[in-house]
Amino acid sequence: MTSSQTEVGYNTKIEGDVIVTKVDAVLNWFRKNSLWPMPMGLACCAIELMAAGSSRFDIARFGAEVMRFSPRQSDLMIVAGTVTYKMALAVRRIYDQMAEPKWVIAMGACASTGGMYRSYAVLQGVDRIIPVNVYVAGCPPRPEALLDALMKLQNNVVSKQPLFQGGILNNHKRPQPDAMAGQRVS
Amino acid sequence: MTQPNPKTARSLAEALQKACSDLVSEIVEFRGECSLTILDKSKVHEVCQVARDTLHFDMLTDVSSVDHYGDDPRFEVVYELYGMEHHAYLRLKVRVEEESCELPSVTSLWRTADWHEREIYDMMGIRFSGHPDLRRILMWEGYPYFPLRKDFPLEGKPTDLPETAFTDRAPLEGGPFVTTAGKQNVSQREPRAKAFEPED
Repeated sequence: MTSSQTEVGYNTKIEGDVIVTKVDAVLNWFRKNSLWPMPMGLACCAIELMAAGSSRFDIARFGAEVMRFSPRQSDLMIVAGTVTYKMALAVRRIYDQMAEPKWVIAMGACASTGGMYRSYAVLQGVDRIIPVNVYVAGCPPRPEALLDALMKLQNNVVSKQPLFQGGILNNHKRPQPDAMAGQRVS
Repeated sequence: MTQPNPKTARSLAEALQKACSDLVSEIVEFRGECSLTILDKSKVHEVCQVARDTLHFDMLTDVSSVDHYGDDPRFEVVYELYGMEHHAYLRLKVRVEEESCELPSVTSLWRTADWHEREIYDMMGIRFSGHPDLRRILMWEGYPYFPLRKDFPLEGKPTDLPETAFTDRAPLEGGPFVTTAGKQNVSQREPRAKAFEPED
């Protein structure tokens, strides 16, 4: 019996040219290896995000090289940088425009918690307005840390339903800290 | 680049004082930099006009504002002038009361004053009469506070402007960077580090 946690299994000796699996597993396998990021570059973390996308670190090895600057064509928002209150509802709006299923990586200290900006002007973590799947520590994180976050997200995509089903918070000020526990990348 | 000459700066400051003798204070010189205080804030434009036209301070490098919380007049606006010909700097200061928080704009003399004055209006709440477009420049239209004033809490205040922006208090947890307005000296106003408290 297969569950939603099963990956695509294939044994040539037994099954020949036939693969038996579940539609969910196949779709999640497709999604895992073809995440199209929406680069929400807001500060210096965006420089590391660009480095992750370029030849030395090469995010294409994980199938996530197709950076789309249109939210309608992307399914992974990488919030890279300081989210100010002035920008916050624009980030939320772009997230809302992304098609389901969709995921979010909060890259760096600022996007995760507000970072060093304990300030009247800075949103104290992007998870106050959109649901975050993976948090990346660092100021800024190295590209390897972002790739690690991407791999963790891929495991999440393939192994179960998306954490929040792309859940949309009705009230932008309602944080959901408990649901996101245990997803931090160190 | 030619280095600014302190003697040039001094002589230009003296020339400005001579030209506007009843409008400006004595020269305060500190490490080769000359500062003058404009006594009557309604004469800011006149003094700046003399500095630009007859003394050739053709560049306004900065306009900033200071909140002397607890003093009267409460605010101070500082103009940093520079001349491309004589390479000298001059600092003009003017005090502004809290009750009539308004200054004449100098955008007609230096176009660059436009954004500087907008920033001062945005952060400190000092208005500039005659400014062509006095809107907030960093915060959004409709934000109700002036966040660089000393009586504005560092963690911010909650606001909500639907469809535009909201703000909330930042958790400071009594940590560093907390300042309390009105205390005597800096170490009292800004206890930078928390007192060490052993856990058990």
